Amino acid sequence: MRTEPTSTAEIPRHDELVDERLVRWYLISAALYLAVAMTGGFLMGFQLIRYNPFSGIELLSPGRWRMVHTNGVAYGFIASAFLGMLHWVVPRLTLRPVADKRLSYFIFFAWQVVVLGTVVGLLMGEAQGLEWGETPVWIDPLAQAGLGLVAINFMAPIRHLKGPMYVTLWYFTAAFIWTFLTYAMGNFIPQYFVNGTSAGAVGGLFIHDLVGLFVTPLGWGMMYYFVPIMLKKPIWSHGLSLVGFWGLAFFYPLTGIHHFLYTPIPMFLQYGAVLSTIAVEMVVTTVVVNFFATIKGSLSALKDNMPIRWFYTGMVFYFLTCLQCAFQTTLTFQALIHFSDWVVGHAHMVMYGVFSQWLIGVTVYLLPRIWRTEWYSRRMLEWHYWLSVVGITIMAFDLIVLGLFQGYMWASLAPWSDVIAFSIPWWAIRMIAGTLMFASHLLFMTHMLLTWMKAIAERKAEAAGSAAVAQTA
Amino acid sequence: MLENRSGVFFIAGLFFFALAFVSQAVVPILMYRDQPELTAEQLVNPNVRFQFEDLAKRFPEPFKAAFGEVPANPGPEREEWLNKRAAEALRVGRKAYTGEACWHCHSQFVRPVSNEDRRFGPVSEAWEYQNELQRPVMFGTRRVGPDLSREGGRRSNDWHAAHLFQPNALISGSPMPSYKWYFDGSPDKPNKKGLSLILYLQWLGSWLESYPYYEDYKASPLRLPEAKSAAPAAAPAAGEGE
Repeated sequence: MRTEPTSTAEIPRHDELVDERLVRWYLISAALYLAVAMTGGFLMGFQLIRYNPFSGIELLSPGRWRMVHTNGVAYGFIASAFLGMLHWVVPRLTLRPVADKRLSYFIFFAWQVVVLGTVVGLLMGEAQGLEWGETPVWIDPLAQAGLGLVAINFMAPIRHLKGPMYVTLWYFTAAFIWTFLTYAMGNFIPQYFVNGTSAGAVGGLFIHDLVGLFVTPLGWGMMYYFVPIMLKKPIWSHGLSLVGFWGLAFFYPLTGIHHFLYTPIPMFLQYGAVLSTIAVEMVVTTVVVNFFATIKGSLSALKDNMPIRWFYTGMVFYFLTCLQCAFQTTLTFQALIHFSDWVVGHAHMVMYGVFSQWLIGVTVYLLPRIWRTEWYSRRMLEWHYWLSVVGITIMAFDLIVLGLFQGYMWASLAPWSDVIAFSIPWWAIRMIAGTLMFASHLLFMTHMLLTWMKAIAERKAEAAGSAAVAQTA
Repeated sequence: MLENRSGVFFIAGLFFFALAFVSQAVVPILMYRDQPELTAEQLVNPNVRFQFEDLAKRFPEPFKAAFGEVPANPGPEREEWLNKRAAEALRVGRKAYTGEACWHCHSQFVRPVSNEDRRFGPVSEAWEYQNELQRPVMFGTRRVGPDLSREGGRRSNDWHAAHLFQPNALISGSPMPSYKWYFDGSPDKPNKKGLSLILYLQWLGSWLESYPYYEDYKASPLRLPEAKSAAPAAAPAAGEGE
């Protein structure tokens, strides 16, 4: 904290710190982008079960929409939702507003240009050959500048802090610089400076750093902020927080090459990446233990407090996904499951099961506060939660098990078409799971609309009420 | 230091990132710096040239519309013309391959495990990727369809045209999308991007001694009651040659 405020009078008011309109815009645009991204996943899913109603239409090509799916989730949904969350958390935690309000709005609009430009570029067939960095090369400089401005804007309030900072700000500070560097490394080095096998190593670093150094630290920083506030008690162990942060900071950047085991990348580098990945799992366990020890004694919050339920569900998935990772990164597992749907299941469990659940939880927490009302319907919140959790559980389990079968069939030299024929029923189950997840999101968007209308109606009634009071007086 | 702003910023943010970048990226970059990057022009080998001229013969009208008239008289002028157009086609083909996300379902590296060298061909080596068409590299991370790094020459240009136009017409049950926009209405009329994409596919693996590599399914040494798994797989691949 800045200086220990002696009385409440010294603490700036919420309105001076947080631009609620911007938070709201970010959260709503994030929800819209998630809908677009899920449409992309849907198209690809239909293609895999060999039912594509739009076959032969260039702009609806499933391959292109697959890239809209992954990039839409990363840069549309996750980045936007994080930016909204940061506009709420950073000023409230540092007790200072961001560097400049106009800059905040400029970033908002620039980011919309980045995301929409990416979608248009991908649909026109302009993709860059870099996984998760398919943003066309002509968008990259703008995105890079945007990330630089984001760092400047949010580092301004942090810059004035003296002495030890709260855990959340360690993660955020590191994430601002990591995201900027990761994007620069991944999008420019393999495109303009190196090629071939070395570019593969950089590409692996990029894929993993995007998860590990952009999404993960912002996500955990967010958890360290919201969970103690909602549970009204401090985090269980500060020492474990330290272990978690510094362990992540040291080991996570070293894991990238585990995406390309058994490639021509030198074997000693591959071993290094495998060992760091297993180390990350140990670190992750300390963080998860810390959070579960925190909620001990307040378990009823899981039932009553929807955001807490979303957060802790995400943490369970986080633990599972990292545990899975510690196994799948070994060369033994890689020989079997690499290239298979196991990895796709893993990716969905991380990005949807963990980070999307956390960001949905934050949205569920923030929107009613911004609209100064309650959610329209508790039942809709419950349906939203259960459809989403059941959906991702089925999808992850289905794809991970399918991956094992695919790996064994490939190794046994079964004809390729046999593997496809075997996979199709599993892909059909994945479509059902995806439909549940998509339905949960559409329900959530409807719920947002209803709550917003309710908020407007309440404002009107209030205004009418106070006008009536004024008249009688 | 562990909890204040500059400690987090400089040690975690900058130093640890730099450490990882040096050990994970700069090391391979230095290791492979003696292998120069080949341009598309340098990649046009006799195998690619054969396929390019074959495209000109099989699809004369579309080829003419896309690349112009092939000089009639043999000689250095004709050679130069063909090499130049083939290099151009490789670049255009690579762009289409990336733009359609082909590489998200078809990897381009053969691993030394999981019997992949029997199914796909020789295990990949670093030098194969030191060229312009691997910028950024097309390793890929998922195989819905088979690896393509040894695909060149396995199947004819006609096969590729028909397959890109409508995959399940040739491989029943294939989940691959059709790419009709690379054709002017029918599989015998590929447009410039279509021709280039076919040439790009034929280029893959054309630099190897073993080109064209056919799937090598030897009967299992285990005596099964009937060797069911080996026979049907070998048949379609072997029949597809020239």
